[in-house]
Amino acid sequence: MKNYIFIAFLFPLSVFSQEKVTGKITDNINNKEVSLAGANVYWLNTQVGTVTDFDGNFEIAYKPEYKKMVISFVGYKTDTISVNSPKRITHSLTSTANLDEVTVTARQKATSRSFIQATNVLNVSSEELLKAACCNLAESFETNPSIDVNFSDAISGTRQIKMLGLTSPYILITTENVPSIRGASQAYGLSFIPGTWVESIQITKGAGSVTNGFESIAGQINAELQKPTLDDKLFVNAYGAGNGRFELNTHLNTKVTDRWSTGLYIHGNMRDTEFDKNDDSFLDAPLMQQVNVMNRWQYTDTENGYVGFFNVRFLNDEKQTGQIGFDEKKDRGTTNAWGSEINTQRFDLSGKFGFVNPDIPWRTGGLQLAYSHHNQESFFGLNDYNIEHNSLYANFLYNSIISDSRHKIKTGVSATYDGYEELVLTENFSRIENSVGAFFEYNFDNLGDLNFTAGIRGDIHNRLGAFITPRFHLRYTPWEKSAFRISAGRGKRSANIFTENQQLFATSRDLKILGNGGEIYGLNPEIAWNYGASYMQGFNLFGRRGDVTFDFYRTDFKNQIVVDWENPSEINFYNLDGESFSNNYQLEFNYNPFTHFDVRLAYKYYDVETTYLSGKKQNPLTPNHRFFANASFQTHQTQKGGNWKFDATFNYLGEQRFSGSENYLNTIGLSEFSPSVSTLNAQITKVFSSNFEIYVGGENITNVKQPNPIVGSDTPFGTTFDTTYVYGPIFGSSYYAGLRYRIN
Amino acid sequence: MKKAILIISVLFIGATGFAQNKNAKATIEVDGVCGMCKDRIEKASIQAKGVKSAIWNVETHQLNLIYNEKKTDLATIQQSIADSGHDTQDIAAKDEVYNQIDPCCKYRDQQVIDDHKQGGH
Repeated sequence: MKNYIFIAFLFPLSVFSQEKVTGKITDNINNKEVSLAGANVYWLNTQVGTVTDFDGNFEIAYKPEYKKMVISFVGYKTDTISVNSPKRITHSLTSTANLDEVTVTARQKATSRSFIQATNVLNVSSEELLKAACCNLAESFETNPSIDVNFSDAISGTRQIKMLGLTSPYILITTENVPSIRGASQAYGLSFIPGTWVESIQITKGAGSVTNGFESIAGQINAELQKPTLDDKLFVNAYGAGNGRFELNTHLNTKVTDRWSTGLYIHGNMRDTEFDKNDDSFLDAPLMQQVNVMNRWQYTDTENGYVGFFNVRFLNDEKQTGQIGFDEKKDRGTTNAWGSEINTQRFDLSGKFGFVNPDIPWRTGGLQLAYSHHNQESFFGLNDYNIEHNSLYANFLYNSIISDSRHKIKTGVSATYDGYEELVLTENFSRIENSVGAFFEYNFDNLGDLNFTAGIRGDIHNRLGAFITPRFHLRYTPWEKSAFRISAGRGKRSANIFTENQQLFATSRDLKILGNGGEIYGLNPEIAWNYGASYMQGFNLFGRRGDVTFDFYRTDFKNQIVVDWENPSEINFYNLDGESFSNNYQLEFNYNPFTHFDVRLAYKYYDVETTYLSGKKQNPLTPNHRFFANASFQTHQTQKGGNWKFDATFNYLGEQRFSGSENYLNTIGLSEFSPSVSTLNAQITKVFSSNFEIYVGGENITNVKQPNPIVGSDTPFGTTFDTTYVYGPIFGSSYYAGLRYRIN
Repeated sequence: MKKAILIISVLFIGATGFAQNKNAKATIEVDGVCGMCKDRIEKASIQAKGVKSAIWNVETHQLNLIYNEKKTDLATIQQSIADSGHDTQDIAAKDEVYNQIDPCCKYRDQQVIDDHKQGGH
């Protein structure tokens, strides 16, 4: 380049006669101009270029054949702009400095799995989330074969998710990398995050990263919420379903100052129609109402490399269920009618603050702070259950490199506080849990066929003791379009036995803790190792792309709080004595047979066994075989951005073991195994323009129903009453319709 | 007196050391045509001692570097890239090395350039 400038000096006359483009390059700091010195400016596909001076100004020769000007600078996005006359231009560059750990800003296309990352992460975009319109985070995994969604019981309408054959307490669920659905919100927390608030989801199979704590065992699910600067200025989603459910979501986003943006997110849902289609005198789905309001503030200062998020959220959720005609005022505490109410109030406050060193883009740091107050008051027949949970979380993270960008490091410290006031029937289980810890993670990337992440953290916990959590992930690419991954890691947690198993209160079972004087309910902490291997191969078949993935994951419990449902009149909690494991094999196939048509097929085999007092058994209500199929198609977009979208999901669940002896199961009209179940969901979306779309859909179109989901429904205060023998849908087919309106 | 010279020279070295930027930024031009070239160029850069970050752009042929001036200089980095088979603004790759790179990366061949422009890679 210098040579050309030199040449230009040798021929001053020609320079003089030439036409010129002059201009100024600035840093894009919210429309405020900050000169960028030393930026490169040159014509695309030529050797003609220059560098901006200290005031960001430049001057470059112009010829009519030059069409595109390239402007680049280290640490900024390279821009190519069209210039077709000799004029003065001013252009701003955008900093590429972003904080991966603190904010994920990239918008992904549908579901994707990386060939490059060391961890087995599945990215689910907002586009994928729209495929099943309904309605909260628990319901947004319908089109995803890695997560299983089941009803936890026949009355509360709660959807429980499973990963690698293990229930949600073994999955670390975070919102924007802050652990969020844990403790008291474990059972219903997923229904407290409205689907429209979610921008994208990252699902990590197997041991997660040490940066988010020690609790994850089977995997991690992270939900990124909508960002005020990226979300629509106005977004409205209205939804109504034949099962009596209505939802309204409104987002309002606005820019307050150059650096501050804010968003107000309002969600309301309700169901006030009583249904008892199976005539068992119990509501098929609870009556409910939820008001959920969040206010986000986003701060961006690219000049100095600071970003921040501040959230306030308030939630009120009320569910009422039980026998038709149950009146809380008259019937609560009596045996006139069986009823249940679950009322939750929640208040959340969280902040995130991140910095990037503008000169040294790899030096970034972030601080996450979160406080939540959760109060659930509930009764299930004559059983009262109240839990109040105050939680504090702080995590500081620092990223850098060792010698060069192939060796990345992350380190930080974290602290947690959880105060529980828990009243189970008449017994008080109040307690405080807290921990402090430090972590270090090293990532090596040879920029080719190998990368790995090795992390370790040490924590001191008032009830779990002092312990080390190691985690390891490796990716190796033996040949083109392939990725071989292995992972291993340890997880440790204190089981919240009651809140994680709230369905037990809607039974006539006696609660028994067979403790040994341990620190949590007289029990020991749960410890598990998770090992995984995965192989992914991309291919081209008939000129179309596809990929096939085979996974194997094993979770091995060193200690577990066994939840023993085997005795029909009791539920027992005790420390594992013997083996408990979950083996999970998954084969997944993705193919794009023709443009805009995607097919995803998955087969899963689960072998989940636990040693109970009565011997080693397959875990109840966990099918060995599962099959999943999803097909989606969309038509070409019109000029206005309109099109049609079609989506259908099929789920097959093999037979599931019911807990209890064969004799007992016969007396309540069940056999040892449930029949297999298949369900089909479908949705059609008509997009009129980028502003407006409507959708209609059906859940469980083939109208599959479990007959008599409530055992002993005719004598709800009798000895056989049990709402937990649920293996399939309770409500038959249900159709819904809705609209989405947005102003950008 | 010897001590004084030593101190002064240490101070001087210290001062020059201070003047050298541990995180110097530079952008140079490197020829190449595709994603494979990108991998090779970035790898060659980062493997040169003292280079901390290297990002090459397929379209603009610009290599953005951050490197430690104490440990290396642009000429050394460019040599390392040229040794991997890519021409840089100041150093051309030797023909023997160039001939060894993948046929799809032959950036000196007009035919290959045109192929890539038509969206080959």
